[in-house]
Amino acid sequence: MSEDFAIKINQMHKWYGDFHVLRDINLEVKKGEIIVVCGPSGSGKSTLIRCINRLEEHQQGDIIVDGIELTNDVKKIDEVRREVGMCFQHFNLFPHLTILENCTLAPIWVRGTPKAEAEEIAMGFLEKVKIPEQAAKYPGQLSGGQQQRVAIARSLCMKPRIMLFDEPTSALDPEMIKEVLDVMTDLANEGMTMICVTHEMGFAKQVADRVIFMDAGQIIEENVPTEFFDNPQNERTKLFLSQILH
Amino acid sequence: MSEQTRDYVLGEHPELPAPDQRSGFVKWAMENLFSSIGNSVVTIVGLYILYLVIPPFIQWAIIDSVVLGAESRRECQAINPDGACWAFIYRRWDQFVYGFYPAPERWRVNLSFVFVAIIIAIALVEKLRAIKGAIWVALALVAACAILIVGGMFGLDRVPTNKFGGFMLTLIIGLTGIFASLPIGIVLALSRLSSLPIFSIFATIFIEFIRGVPLITLLFIASTLLSYFLPPGTNFDLLVRVLIMVTLFSAAYLAEVIRGGLAAIPRGQYEAADALGLSYWKSMRLIILPQALKISIPGIVSSFIGLFKDTTLVLIIGLLDPLGIGQAAIADVKWIALSNELYVFIALFFFVFCFSMSRYSLYLERKLHTGHKR
Ligand SMILES: Nc1ncnc2c1ncn2[C@@H]1O[C@H](COP(=O)(O)OP(=O)(O)O)[C@@H](O)[C@H]1O
Ligand SMILES: [Mg+2]
Repeated sequence: MSEDFAIKINQMHKWYGDFHVLRDINLEVKKGEIIVVCGPSGSGKSTLIRCINRLEEHQQGDIIVDGIELTNDVKKIDEVRREVGMCFQHFNLFPHLTILENCTLAPIWVRGTPKAEAEEIAMGFLEKVKIPEQAAKYPGQLSGGQQQRVAIARSLCMKPRIMLFDEPTSALDPEMIKEVLDVMTDLANEGMTMICVTHEMGFAKQVADRVIFMDAGQIIEENVPTEFFDNPQNERTKLFLSQILH
Repeated sequence: MSEQTRDYVLGEHPELPAPDQRSGFVKWAMENLFSSIGNSVVTIVGLYILYLVIPPFIQWAIIDSVVLGAESRRECQAINPDGACWAFIYRRWDQFVYGFYPAPERWRVNLSFVFVAIIIAIALVEKLRAIKGAIWVALALVAACAILIVGGMFGLDRVPTNKFGGFMLTLIIGLTGIFASLPIGIVLALSRLSSLPIFSIFATIFIEFIRGVPLITLLFIASTLLSYFLPPGTNFDLLVRVLIMVTLFSAAYLAEVIRGGLAAIPRGQYEAADALGLSYWKSMRLIILPQALKISIPGIVSSFIGLFKDTTLVLIIGLLDPLGIGQAAIADVKWIALSNELYVFIALFFFVFCFSMSRYSLYLERKLHTGHKR
């Protein structure tokens, strides 16, 4: 049943203490599908995608990632995390390691890849995100856009089948947004399964298969991009779109 | 130069030489010591005080001092009554270094000093540490030092620990404390922050107990009280008990310093490590601890310096560290009451070690600096 789905979320609920942050989430993501998640701040977008690699724990319902159900079983969590890459709003590169070491760390220590091979793979991905010449530098010496591209390369070095992006461009200066979106677009065109929390509507129109709108912990609306933008159904979606598109 | 700057075409700036950043002593002094009237007054008063203190000290300690050719205080005074009588230190040198370690066996201590130097080099020099098996060499050397100094094995005579003394004893207590307390401190800090209550409660109680009790009290516990708890007849060496107490004491302080460093690591670092699939121990070892320890270096080194100086407290429970040796020595009629010489000498010894540690910590901080955090 889970064969053709990369991610399947079924009647999932999550609370922070008493606060019901995610309510009855149902979502199926096919392999190779690109999903864009948008919605007002505090609506639970980050929490939702962080549940997918168990950075947050859900309390009710099922999440099945790549055929593995997320439970308290640490082995399964590790298995899922190996297959799911994640990019954060603030990059979260390791400041004490060089760019190359950032990229080879997980392959070497999690997958047991020999160092030389890991470095070769890492250089390949750094070329793909167009910064191989920065390999020997430290994250603190790079611009925001470059750091985010390194963060993407670092995730890709684990050869994940699914990539999660949590507002990857919202901490960036405008002129750097495009360089990151270009990398993400390339990735989408190569058939990566992706869930992106982003308010970059141009990106959503261009590459998304579906756009999901969240508000107050619920999925309010879900549609293909053309319909979603041109013909929103829900009042709250209309309000939100009018605010961010003018 | 002015021609160079005038000739440029708009949009094509010539490369200008960087401004002169050298500064001579005069310029530095003008900017830092004489920048205002108040500043100048303070500088002059300061210089005057130095003038009052330093020349007489040099006169006493170096120019008028007696090192050789005197067998007692009286002979010193016969040679030069105004100078320091370093002959006292010179004649008692072996005791200051080895305590009452039997003279024919002192080569064992000397060899251990060489081993200790190698161990410290392995611990501090990255190139040596990177060599495969370096850690095992270091551990083997630690064992070798212990066997050499204590003996009772491999045909070496057993030397009872109450013969240990002097700098040798300071180094045994100080270095054991430093090397043993760091890993224990790290484990305590991680336990205190653990989400498992057994670990955090145990670590918190332990740390707060040790920090709430003066080291002297712990040393008294080690020397007297422990014998009540131990089964009668067990001969648990006093020095070993002291080493354990000093290590635990230092570990409790280190744990708090390291906990501060851990608290400064942004949550995003933990999350990125988790998201990449690193296990708890791997993410601690590879991501979190290297950064937390780096932030904690000044605090860790302060702790070590404090520990090193606190080793002098063992004289209160009857161990003969340099201060104990010295106090016994100046009670000797031959060298009676040479306390100035004694304390200057011991101060110098501790200063050299503690100042080196402090400089090394600055060097390490600079070396580990990898650009600005965002
Ligand atoms: N660790 C936490 N503990 C308690 N509340 C939290 C925590 N993280 C997020 N929240 C709350 O959950 C809600 C959803 O947060 P989030 O998923 O970050 O929203 P979004 O990413 O859509 O802006 C917010 O109201 C936020 O304040
Ligand atoms: Mg968010």
